[in-house]
This record gives sequence, structure tokens and C-alpha cells, in this order.
Amino acid sequence: MIDRRPFVQKILKDRKDNLRVVSGIGTSTWDIMSAGDNLGNFGFIGAMGQSIPFALGLAKAQPKLRVLLFTGDGDTLMSLGSLATIANHPVSNLTVIVLDNESYVETGSQPTATAGKTDLELVAKGSGISNSYTVNSEDDYDKIMNTVYNEEGPSLIVIKCQAKATPLVFPHSFDGAVSINRFMSSIKG
Amino acid sequence: MNLGIKKMTDLSKDWRNDIYAVFKSLDISMVSHVPDAGHTPLINLCEKDNEIDVVTLTTEQDGVGLSCGAYAGGRKSALLMQSSGVGNCINALALPNICRIPFLTIVSMRGEWGEFVPWQVPMGLGTPKVLEAMDIKVFRADYEEEVGVTVDAAAKFAFNTNRSAAVLLSQKMIGAKQFKNG
Repeated sequence: MIDRRPFVQKILKDRKDNLRVVSGIGTSTWDIMSAGDNLGNFGFIGAMGQSIPFALGLAKAQPKLRVLLFTGDGDTLMSLGSLATIANHPVSNLTVIVLDNESYVETGSQPTATAGKTDLELVAKGSGISNSYTVNSEDDYDKIMNTVYNEEGPSLIVIKCQAKATPLVFPHSFDGAVSINRFMSSIKG
Repeated sequence: MNLGIKKMTDLSKDWRNDIYAVFKSLDISMVSHVPDAGHTPLINLCEKDNEIDVVTLTTEQDGVGLSCGAYAGGRKSALLMQSSGVGNCINALALPNICRIPFLTIVSMRGEWGEFVPWQVPMGLGTPKVLEAMDIKVFRADYEEEVGVTVDAAAKFAFNTNRSAAVLLSQKMIGAKQFKNG
């Protein structure tokens, strides 16, 4: 089981200019913000289930950028159909990283379906995202980075994480209009 | 008598062409949908156009996120759905609202004019109310000749004021679906 916060920071350290990072509701947004403020980040703080289709729309609109979505198992489980949509309208520049801690940590650590019988790698593969794999060790760091920057997507990586509360690290603003305009300034420029 | 179906399949002079013309004039280049018979000729027009990406969704709510992500990447889009799909979108509609992202949806209405299926009635009745409850500006077209100007007005409202707009296409105009074997 991986300690998610330092591992997300490691993935985002010295990030390349062509990377844009989106995060789903919950701890994922605090994770990417903990790696440092960056105009190329957009973090969801609500609209659960929407980060995956958002990342697909962004990747389709900006095929020259690499789009990396960090989200949780809870957010992903709410939008399993979007994995089928990604598979059937494929984008080569999209990587979805599911930080799977098998629980709804933000609400009191209730178990999610992945604590039971559900395997998101198999769901992704069954949905048609063939480049899907599970990571249990930080030893796979190089493999992940190759997927994020080089491999032809779409890809989905399930990173099995410890279920523990992490410090809240808020984005520049909680106002979505401010956040999206900052993010878009990183694309127009 | 099967006037509704006849209308839906006659493409020679069709109000879907007027919606397509608005898409082209405003550079709407991504169209997502959960299909409805009323939208089928428009979906077909978009699929024949190499400049328009057509995305078939598994649930209408994903079209909200898709549309917002596309806009963040510099592309305009529209979501096509039946009135029953509006109910699937409610929480997702918070995203364009709080981010002031322009969002346009075109909704073919069921459950209102000559409806055959009682299951369509609850969401048909609820559609304008729930859209307005989520601060969506609701436009409506009851007659073929007003479809083009209404979609044009709604799209400009959305993209010029960074808000959400929906066009409800009346079942009176589309024609009530008739269930018939064979």
C-alpha cells in the first residue's frame, strides 16, 4: 500500500510543460495542490463523478497536451460508464490515475466497493481501456511516468493507497470561475 | 395515421438542419448525446461532418463534464438528450454553474403532447422545473420555424454570458412516438 501524498508529489515533481493535471472531488485535489500551485492544475471540489468526462473533453480538445487525471475510487465508481465512453472515443493523450484507498476517507472512511469485490483495473479493461494496470509499490514509478508522458492512451492506473486522512491543502481559490480561468490561461498562453 | 414518425424521417426540409447550421455558424465542434429519435437526423448530420466530434455517452450527466472539459480546452460543444435525461444531470450542472462555463443542451421533450407512454410523464413535467431550479436559462421551441432562431439565441446566451442554457423542443413539433410492431 502506497502513501499517496508523497507519491503524487513525486509524480508531479519537475513536471513537463505539456502536462495538464485535473483532480476529482476529495483528497485528490488536496494531493495535487500539495505538490505546489500550478496554473496547469484544475481541481474539482464538487460535482462528484464529473472529473473523468471533464478530462476526456479536455484531452479531445487539446490533443497536443498530455492530460493526467488524479481521482479517487469513490469518484470513479460514480462514473463507471465514462470508462466505456473513453474506450470507445479514445484519446491518445489521457491518463487516469485512480488513487484507490478502498474507502470514502473524507466522510468517515466508509468502505467503497473496491474494499469488497470490485476491481477497477478489470472494470477499465472490461470497458475497453486495454492499457490498464494496478500498482502496489512505488517501484513502478518509472512505468507510471512513461504512461503519463509517452504511451499511447487512453490509460488507467489503479494505485492502491493507504486509507488515511491527509492534511487539507486548498487550491488558490474555491471559486470555480477563478480556478477554471487560471487553468485556461495555461492553455491559451 | 403516423404523422410523428413521418416528420422524424423526412430530411428534405427539416428543422434539424437549422440546428446544425447554428452549430456551424458558432463553431460548435463537439456534440455529445444519449440518443433520442427526435435528435437522430441531427446526430446523423453531425456524424457526417469531419469537423464535429460526436460522442455517444452512457449517461447524460457525463455530457456536462465532457462539455466543460472541452471548453477548458478551447472547444465549444452541445449536449443532446431526451427530457428523461435531464434528471440524470442535476448535480453535474453545478460544474458549469460554479465555474461560469458556457453550457448548451438541446432537449427533445417527451411526456407532454400526445404521449403514449405514462412512464415519460413525470420527467416530462419535471424537466423545465428542475432546469430552472439549477439556474439554467430555459428556451422553448414549439414550431419548426422557430427552432433555428431559438437555438441560436440560446447558444449566444450561453457562450456570450458564460451561463447554462437549454432549448426544449416541444413534443408537439417532434411528433409523439407511436409504438407499433413490424
